[in-house]
Amino acid sequence: MSDMTTETSGTETPGITAKAEQSGLAKRWELLIVVAITLIFLFLVPAFISGFRLGLLGRFLSLAIVALGIDLIWGFTGLLSLGHGIFFALGGYAIAMNLQLNTLPEGAIPDFFSLYGVSQLPWFWQPCYSSGFSPVAIFLIPSIIAGLLGYLVFRNRIRGVYFSILTQAALVVFFNFFNGQQKLINGTNGLKTNTTELFGMSVGGNVMQFYFYCATVVFLALAYLLCRWLTSGRFGRMLIAIRDDENRVRFSGYDPTAFKVLVFAVSGGIAGIAGALYTVQSGIVSPQYMSIAFSIEMVIWVAVGGRASLVGAIVGALVVNWGKTLLSEQYPDIWLFFQGALFLIVVTVLPDGIIGWFRYRAKDDLRSLFGKPPVVATYPRLEVDETVRQEADLYGKTQPVDPTTSTAPIKSGENS
Amino acid sequence: MTAAATQSSSQSSPAQAPPLLDIKDVTVSFDGFKAINGLNFQVGDRGLRVIIGPNGAGKTTFLDVITGKVQPTEGKALFKGKDIKSMPEHAIARLGIGRKFQTPRVYLNLTPRENLELSCNRVKTVWHTLFKPTPKAEARTVGGLLQTIGLTANAHTPAALPSLVEKQWLEIGMLVAQSPDLLLVDEPVAGLTDEETERTGDLLLSLAESHGVIVIEHDMEFVRQIAQQNKVTVLHEGSVLCEGTMDEIQNDPRVIKVYLGDPDAI
Amino acid sequence: MNTLITTLFNGVSIGTVLLIVALGLAIVFGLMGVINLAHGELMMLGAYTTYVVQNGFKTYLGTESQGLYIWAAIPLSFVVAALVGLALERGVIRFLYGRPLETLLATWGVSLILRQFVRSVSWGMVGGLLAFCGLFFGGKWLLGKSARIPSYRQNLVTTGLFLLSGAIAWFVGSNINNDPQLARPWFSARNVDVTAPGWLQGSIRVTAGIQFPASRLFIIVLTLLCLLGVYLFLQKSAWGLRIRSVTQNRDMSACLGIPTAQVDAVTFALGSGLAGVAGFAVTLLGSVGPNLGVNYIVDAFMVVVVGGVGNLLGSVIAALGIGIVTYLLGSGTMVRLLGGADGGAVVSFFDFFATTSMAKVMVFALIILFLQVRPAGLFPPKGRSAEV
Repeated sequence: MSDMTTETSGTETPGITAKAEQSGLAKRWELLIVVAITLIFLFLVPAFISGFRLGLLGRFLSLAIVALGIDLIWGFTGLLSLGHGIFFALGGYAIAMNLQLNTLPEGAIPDFFSLYGVSQLPWFWQPCYSSGFSPVAIFLIPSIIAGLLGYLVFRNRIRGVYFSILTQAALVVFFNFFNGQQKLINGTNGLKTNTTELFGMSVGGNVMQFYFYCATVVFLALAYLLCRWLTSGRFGRMLIAIRDDENRVRFSGYDPTAFKVLVFAVSGGIAGIAGALYTVQSGIVSPQYMSIAFSIEMVIWVAVGGRASLVGAIVGALVVNWGKTLLSEQYPDIWLFFQGALFLIVVTVLPDGIIGWFRYRAKDDLRSLFGKPPVVATYPRLEVDETVRQEADLYGKTQPVDPTTSTAPIKSGENS
Repeated sequence: MTAAATQSSSQSSPAQAPPLLDIKDVTVSFDGFKAINGLNFQVGDRGLRVIIGPNGAGKTTFLDVITGKVQPTEGKALFKGKDIKSMPEHAIARLGIGRKFQTPRVYLNLTPRENLELSCNRVKTVWHTLFKPTPKAEARTVGGLLQTIGLTANAHTPAALPSLVEKQWLEIGMLVAQSPDLLLVDEPVAGLTDEETERTGDLLLSLAESHGVIVIEHDMEFVRQIAQQNKVTVLHEGSVLCEGTMDEIQNDPRVIKVYLGDPDAI
Repeated sequence: MNTLITTLFNGVSIGTVLLIVALGLAIVFGLMGVINLAHGELMMLGAYTTYVVQNGFKTYLGTESQGLYIWAAIPLSFVVAALVGLALERGVIRFLYGRPLETLLATWGVSLILRQFVRSVSWGMVGGLLAFCGLFFGGKWLLGKSARIPSYRQNLVTTGLFLLSGAIAWFVGSNINNDPQLARPWFSARNVDVTAPGWLQGSIRVTAGIQFPASRLFIIVLTLLCLLGVYLFLQKSAWGLRIRSVTQNRDMSACLGIPTAQVDAVTFALGSGLAGVAGFAVTLLGSVGPNLGVNYIVDAFMVVVVGGVGNLLGSVIAALGIGIVTYLLGSGTMVRLLGGADGGAVVSFFDFFATTSMAKVMVFALIILFLQVRPAGLFPPKGRSAEV
């Protein structure tokens, strides 16, 4: 055994530079593809589908943005949040409050206040007069709240299901707060945006709705790139490391709390943007955005698409919501059966979601459907295992395997 | 192997400089049960120290105290002269204490190379991890480590696949990559074959030439292999029973009594 | 003095409702570590069982037997919920042990299905379900007995069988549904009311100024009995011993010959049955609807988390504490104690939280604060087994 510490500065590992170039090229290609898809959605898709369907698509795409946020914390970091409705709704409220005030003449207050005998605008509405405040608030306020909540929870090493339960409880609290405060925020009725105006145009009008659709597509692409950047480099590996073994991370000298707080805050901010875009496209924000069921639904989008896969999150959100629209139009009373079954199926049969299935199991499953046995693989791979190579040299056998099929697929399962 | 030379240097150092790790009268009690009871312990900045003791002697709790997982109820734990009693684990790790767990704990969904790179990272803040790419020098270090632990060929398959011994070594590699001053190794050979055990022993001895190493072990054959001229500490019921070379320990009547029972009683 | 006693009583009364709901959860979550989001729906099933039993008594035994139905309803709601829980454990949860987050999602799916089930259950649906279960499981059993299928063809065969029996069941169900009498949903989505027996509707006068509603008192007594029963079961019975041993060390218990799978099933059924009893209890307080469970489930989880997982005493204290604090805040008692509506900033602060929903907000904030001091609850699990 040679000394590890002296050798570390020695041999140059072959292929490092080549690999770096390769990954740089792959990144450029990926960026190109993202831009291409964005352009297709911006210019081609609106030409082919009706305004109503386009509105639906815009809403689904904004839900796909939340799914990205959920994937970031659940798929990669292993934190299952059941409270993302909070951040989604906060984003929605932030933009709705601004739109309401923007539409009114100077000094007037929204109509609903008069119903409850309130004549003065509550203090937290004041900053919403400024049109510079809202665009910042829709992601800043949710991420600050997420960061704060995350800090209080992660600091005490509360994780796993306890974290999930606490986020759910926080959701109930926020729901109660918004639902109960008629005098401050119009309570259970929520705030309407489709009767308001922006830049002199009606927010509910066709032109404005088309702009919002375009904004959603662009924000989805940006959110994707942000998440991709966060999860691809060292930071992303750190997130997976936290998911796999948080204590090991701690004993390696990292402070997982800081990483978790940051990623939770980012995820909350993304949800806030999504909430704002969804609000302006559906015309209303109400405490229902913070219902328990909606927040868990967000999780299932990611699960259906495939955890720890950003494309999966987007695909999952689109597929589930599109299916929901179709099915609940056809069979309104049994949609819940389908949804319940979806939860069960995803968890038991498709733990890696659609993308994960394609990546790891599609080949074997299709083979077994036609009654053929699965392809087996070995570890270590036969073509790199020293013993096998030595024996091959000794006995003069040729290398027996096809390198494309010999690596065992490994599930990116979650370790909770 | 130059373990003897290492040993002499570590024996001469305590006189001049403060010891690397200094445990003073530490007591840890869980609801009245004293897992560690008035423990005193010191190691120098180089060389290997083996800790043995029967089950329940407080060996793992002892490591927990040093790494900050458990806070001592009483007493002081000094590392490089600093009190680490109330520091969080990651701060202690950054000070220079690395720990290997009893069962290998590596990040199963990352490749061995990524595992090592995370440990190798010098500046472990969020900011740095997010915005700075892995420096060339670190990539080289990782490449060398991969070769040493024999995982170069499998550097790019997830670490869930390697065998137990490869994971044990990968974890030791991660410790080295962290470049701590003190390595704590908890039962590194549990479940390994004789040949693997011997190779692991050699690895630990070579590490002890430049680091302080504390090994906790049950396997007496292995202890004999790595102890050589190094000191062995016997823990019993939460405090040090005796310290000395392997030969001294083996002939100490107290140790025999603890391990085999009271000869008079038989 | 009267205020104090009334406050205490009302607080304890809220606390015991929480406790009886959380008791089953404390067993399922606390002892087994299973997050069962369908717990509230098991409760709902217990409540609907009570409703059915009451109607049955009214129809077949006449109105004079009204007061007696609860003696049948309590055990029956336990049994129904326990059986559904057993099916849930055997059918879904046992495949997901060690994967708590997946369990959480799967049980949420089950809860959605159960909620929709009580909304739309009809004879046609029941017929279809029975046909499906008979065909699918019967078919699997037959195939397992007679035909030798290689393992990699199992999927194909199961899928085929599933589709086939599904189609037949659909046909059977829709045929039954052709008869409008049979197609009518049993309960529909509307809330139903359970009338409490006469002797539970009044109040019991303690002194001149203090009256306790009888139904509240009954719930307190019922909770105490359940608590006592669970305690005795866990501490004195053979199964209780097995449950405790599996909780402490599953592998060791398995090595010693304890059938851990059966223990899991029994534990889960017990917890579910208690949810059923809780469902009975809440019928005394209000109407029964498909969404009954959702209102309680989060509070019940909070009770278990604050009490410390795996500790019944902790749950008891937490439930009573949360109950009393909720009542103090929510009923405005805090405001009155501090001297009325015009007492400065402190009073107006408490006045802001003096509704039921705002009290919840405050209580949650207090729970978060509490967890900063004691992250693992009042009675944290101890020793190495507590490490994750």
